[in-house]
Amino acid sequence: MGYVAVSGGEQAIAASLELLERERVAGGRALDPALIIEAMPHAVEQVQSEGSVWAPEVAAIALKQASGSIEEAVFLVRAYRSTLERLYTSRVIDTGEMHVSRHISAAFKDIEGGQILGATRDYSHRLINFDLSEETDADVRAARAVIDERLDEAAEAFYGVAETTPLDCVPKVCDYLRQIGMIRPVAIDDTEPVDITKTPLFTPAPRSVILQALSRGLTQAVVAIGYAAIRGFGISHPTVGELRRGSVPVTIDAPGTDPSQASADDAYYLGALPVCEVESLIANDEVTETGEHVNALDVGYGLVTGSDESKAIAMSVLDHSLRVDDVRYPTQDQEFVLYHIDGVEATGFISHLKLPHYVTFQSKLDAALRSMNHAEGQKEDGSRAAQL
Amino acid sequence: MQRNYNFAFLDEGSKREIRRAILKAVAIPGYQVPFASREMPIGRGWGTGGLQVTLSCIGPDDVLKVIDQGSDASVNAVSIRSLVHETTGVETTTSTADATLIQSRHRIPERPLQREQLMVLQVPMPEPLRTYEARESVTRRLHAEAEYTGAYLELFEQIVRYGSTTTGADHPVMVQDRYVMAPSPIPRFDNPKLNDAENLFLFGAGREKKIYAVPPHTKVESLAFEDHPFVREDFEGKRCCICGATGVYMTQTIDPVTGKKAWQCSDTDYCAERLEEGGSDE
Repeated sequence: MGYVAVSGGEQAIAASLELLERERVAGGRALDPALIIEAMPHAVEQVQSEGSVWAPEVAAIALKQASGSIEEAVFLVRAYRSTLERLYTSRVIDTGEMHVSRHISAAFKDIEGGQILGATRDYSHRLINFDLSEETDADVRAARAVIDERLDEAAEAFYGVAETTPLDCVPKVCDYLRQIGMIRPVAIDDTEPVDITKTPLFTPAPRSVILQALSRGLTQAVVAIGYAAIRGFGISHPTVGELRRGSVPVTIDAPGTDPSQASADDAYYLGALPVCEVESLIANDEVTETGEHVNALDVGYGLVTGSDESKAIAMSVLDHSLRVDDVRYPTQDQEFVLYHIDGVEATGFISHLKLPHYVTFQSKLDAALRSMNHAEGQKEDGSRAAQL
Repeated sequence: MQRNYNFAFLDEGSKREIRRAILKAVAIPGYQVPFASREMPIGRGWGTGGLQVTLSCIGPDDVLKVIDQGSDASVNAVSIRSLVHETTGVETTTSTADATLIQSRHRIPERPLQREQLMVLQVPMPEPLRTYEARESVTRRLHAEAEYTGAYLELFEQIVRYGSTTTGADHPVMVQDRYVMAPSPIPRFDNPKLNDAENLFLFGAGREKKIYAVPPHTKVESLAFEDHPFVREDFEGKRCCICGATGVYMTQTIDPVTGKKAWQCSDTDYCAERLEEGGSDE
């Protein structure tokens, strides 16, 4: 068989894309993006979290177009993001004002506002529910009605009205620890945060850079590196002081107002953003001015859009481990973690290895041959170069 | 849900920002200017740096050529060319002579470029010192202090170990006696084309978020020693099995007629033009 050089790439690509599209429509049924949002909210959330855009409809279309590949959907959303003008900066969001749907602490049994389990899979048994294979829309609606009725009854018993009210302004666990002086005090830092989508990464990275890079990092990479940090390749072993999940209001100042003068009352409300926030407590050795060792608590902070609690906890671990001065492990090394945690970059560079490397490989061969010939003391005829 | 994209995909603010980085790069030849690289609709590592440079510089009157490892028909070249065409509507060509803007992965065309032509090279690893220093914070300092002992030491170690330097493509160059620069992985064969060129070379590394430049008539020397001069890939005695060319960069192939190993021009446009002119047997 003769060698077919890579040419006619245009037809090959068109044909390949057609095949791909054939695979997407192979089942003969269309999937409504609205259904993806309803039935697969966590997939949609992950695409938005790593895509660093909050736009459920766009994420759902991306998932549909990507035939369910999160990696591909994130990629689509990120590329779309590049085309959007950044018009406003929101007012500072205070997560203390979160509408809480879940609120737990692993540090204290009794916390102000109470331990609120909310909806969690933590204590579910991971048994595949085979009944779901035959579930109908009617079944879904019936199940919803039953649960809603129970919720209404519970609310009526508790509040006297048959509706649940969101829990606002639940006190923060760490505030209590701060009050009693258990947490190492940190000076308020109101420097303008760096936007890592508009500024190239640099190290030592300010906190805002660390937090952004982790928050939009590849979920599984954040979790895996965070795991390494607590298992042995790091010093941070945290206690989850508080994990809260819910939605926070996003507002902007009226265009044209001086930010220093603008009041929250005049701000425009854009919508609510679902987030998951973790404050981890990590005991840390500190040497005082007089040379004494003091064991005080530091806070590692995690905040991700959506509800991925593992990512938020791992982020809090890495936020802390990336801020130590004495770097002993890769998990503490800002360059190691921050340069490699972005999913679009990691998968992009890994996948580029599939591109043709004919020219560069020929050059590599040439260099290898020269050294081989040198080693064999051969010249011209009989050399490997001549054989090739 | 209908969405239309801006001319050349990126929003104007992003393009301006990238052009500012380019201007700085031109002002400091060989210096890697960090820029806030955007995510593009093609893979990060598949030419997004070159693409952002191209999209930021391209105008409606430009004529675009895109090559990948020398070939206009290579799949990635086709993909990038059609993306730029779809988002700008500019004319495209395979002819090196007709192009006003050439984006390339890992080759500089055989036909010398002219003053009016802009050459954009895609760069996977812009940092020439990365092979011996993993940390960006350290390599930045080394560049600032022009501390390039390591770069020479690396070549020296290769000579000691293997009798010759073993760099393949991406053999480092010294730009205007100041910055050591990765010429992007163009083969060593192409390195001399950067020196005292008529045209402007722009290098874009999307994933690594760097832009750098070699302006026209800049001195570019491949790193070497007096007793171990820089050597290009050796194609002595080889000729292209299609057009008969010698003295150009070639890759190994199988002769479609004889089924034997043969050599072929890597620059497909150069090869095709020679064929059109009736080939030759120099």
